[in-house]
Amino acid sequence: MNLDLILGILQIVLIATTPLVFAGIGELVTEKSGVLNLGVEGMMLVGAVSAFIILVITGSYFLAFFVSILSGIIMSGLFAFLVLFLMSNQIATGLALTIFGIGLSSMLGKQYIGTPIDGLSPWFFVIFSFLIVFLVSYFFYKTKAGLILRAVGESHNSAHALGYSVIKIRFLSILFGGSLCALAGSYISICYAPMWQEGMTAGRGWIALALVVFATWKPERVLIGAYIFGGVTILQMNLQALGLRFPGQFFSMAPYVATIIVLVLISSNKLRIKLSAPASLTIPFYKGR
Amino acid sequence: MNSLFPSIVSRSQSSGLMNFFVPIISIVLTLITGSIIFVLLGFDPVYALYTFFISPISSTYGISELFVKATPLALIAIGLSYCFKNNIYNIGAEGQLTMGAIFGGGIGILFHDTNAFWLLPLMIFAGAIGGALWGLIPAILKTKFNTNEILTSLMLVYVALFILDYLVVGPWKDPFGYSFPKSRPFSESGRMPLLFDGLRVHFGLIITLFLIFVSWFIFSKTIFGFQLKVSGYSPKAARYAGFNQTTLVFFAFAICGAFAGVAGLAEVSGPIGLLYRDISPNYGFTAIIVAFLGRLHPIGIIFASLVIALTYLGAEDAQLFLQIPSAVGFIFQGLVLFYLLGAELLINYKLTYKKLL
Repeated sequence: MNLDLILGILQIVLIATTPLVFAGIGELVTEKSGVLNLGVEGMMLVGAVSAFIILVITGSYFLAFFVSILSGIIMSGLFAFLVLFLMSNQIATGLALTIFGIGLSSMLGKQYIGTPIDGLSPWFFVIFSFLIVFLVSYFFYKTKAGLILRAVGESHNSAHALGYSVIKIRFLSILFGGSLCALAGSYISICYAPMWQEGMTAGRGWIALALVVFATWKPERVLIGAYIFGGVTILQMNLQALGLRFPGQFFSMAPYVATIIVLVLISSNKLRIKLSAPASLTIPFYKGR
Repeated sequence: MNSLFPSIVSRSQSSGLMNFFVPIISIVLTLITGSIIFVLLGFDPVYALYTFFISPISSTYGISELFVKATPLALIAIGLSYCFKNNIYNIGAEGQLTMGAIFGGGIGILFHDTNAFWLLPLMIFAGAIGGALWGLIPAILKTKFNTNEILTSLMLVYVALFILDYLVVGPWKDPFGYSFPKSRPFSESGRMPLLFDGLRVHFGLIITLFLIFVSWFIFSKTIFGFQLKVSGYSPKAARYAGFNQTTLVFFAFAICGAFAGVAGLAEVSGPIGLLYRDISPNYGFTAIIVAFLGRLHPIGIIFASLVIALTYLGAEDAQLFLQIPSAVGFIFQGLVLFYLLGAELLINYKLTYKKLL
């Protein structure tokens, strides 16, 4: 193993892991405010397809990412309206968002499958992904607004009694999460694999959800978790490419199996999960009269 | 003078009337949204809706196809209601379906040149076992290791699909299949009998109706069904009454997995006749919508499965006649669930106009 090879692999790991960091940290902010959004995969797909289409039509990378993030805001806004104002079941609504997103993205993208585009260099986003983890961590633990957001997630009734608008704070957190998920999607369709293909996020949205549990709702640990998963993914791809006499499908399932194993290891400490999960997660807030 | 916007007031008791009307409201709203989408795409909405919802079932063959699609949806959805009634979010039915198809289909491949009356029952049994075993994994992880069943059951879908992929390109590949990724066809007695000559609707429908009836009996007449319902409504009350939550989780997952497994086997031994990669157009996920739309009630699920099956057929026709990508079916499915979840508000809350003066 020479140095070039190691550096090469390291580069690929960085590039492959970045979308997991974006989606994971976005979902973390949403969950910190006490809302579980299972629509990550759907928002990523719609973000990916909208960025791709806009890039093909206009040729502008800026517009592509702008519209993609807008799509994430619209999708998560729909979710926020249902769970916050109509107090719908968060788990079912998130699932609906994913199903809707899968359908919408494959319908919109049908005529763009196979369209070639010039990919964008990923390095700006790779650096930005580290930056955003740092910023979110700073926001949560060093600013008053971050403290309020966490308070809303821990006990919405206390936060409400103190005069904070639970609904407004949750709404903004959901929109923030949605825009980062869309950004993760557009990164995949424009930088990581410059193309559009149905269901191209391949379960990364679900892995991002698992990352939040793995990180026990702490931003820096999302980064660590994402790199473990990214590393496993790249490792299995490289091992597959080596052509070992072992069926490729068993390598391909490695990231999903690894997710299950890691979840089991983290969750089996019941007390730790109970202490670190936002106490109001998935509980709807009803102000009453 | 009344205020312009209604305010939401909690009901003292959930409304049974609304429980009945909410699915209908959501279907009507979906149709309205659908026609708006069709207008935006530049189609005559009446013609488009006709193509989508009426023309697919305007022939005997179309109605038979509706039942072919509704069979796995209803069977999985009734299985899911064992989980959802108890607030267990098993969303990996697609994986349990796949595992059922692998286990049952494996028997079919093993006895591909045998014609005997016991073959199909054995395949159905193996399918149920395969699905149940796959369903028990998240159950064990949830009860023993406190692991969130949503994520584990979903991850296992990907694992099951890769196993199927491995089998049909590897050890179970048809030796006379020109290296296509598919298995040998099952023998004649390994196929679901057709109910009518020339139509694809098969014996799986009878199995589904039977299991729905059994489930209705379990839900409404047995102590197990009562325990499921109570622990769903109030985990505290269930604990106080001494119901064993671990046992309930195990049974719910095993039953749901078994039903999904039978649905998978019914697909491969019914319309398909062999194993290959794409045995299910997301039936396992769509059944989640069917279960909610049917309000987790056996009769409701029968109707809901027909409505959602129609979106599959309509999407195929829309692709054929209107050149709209068939994914529009998934959009309708997502929309109907959105409206349903939003309208559920009316069950536990009511809208009132407050007097301003």
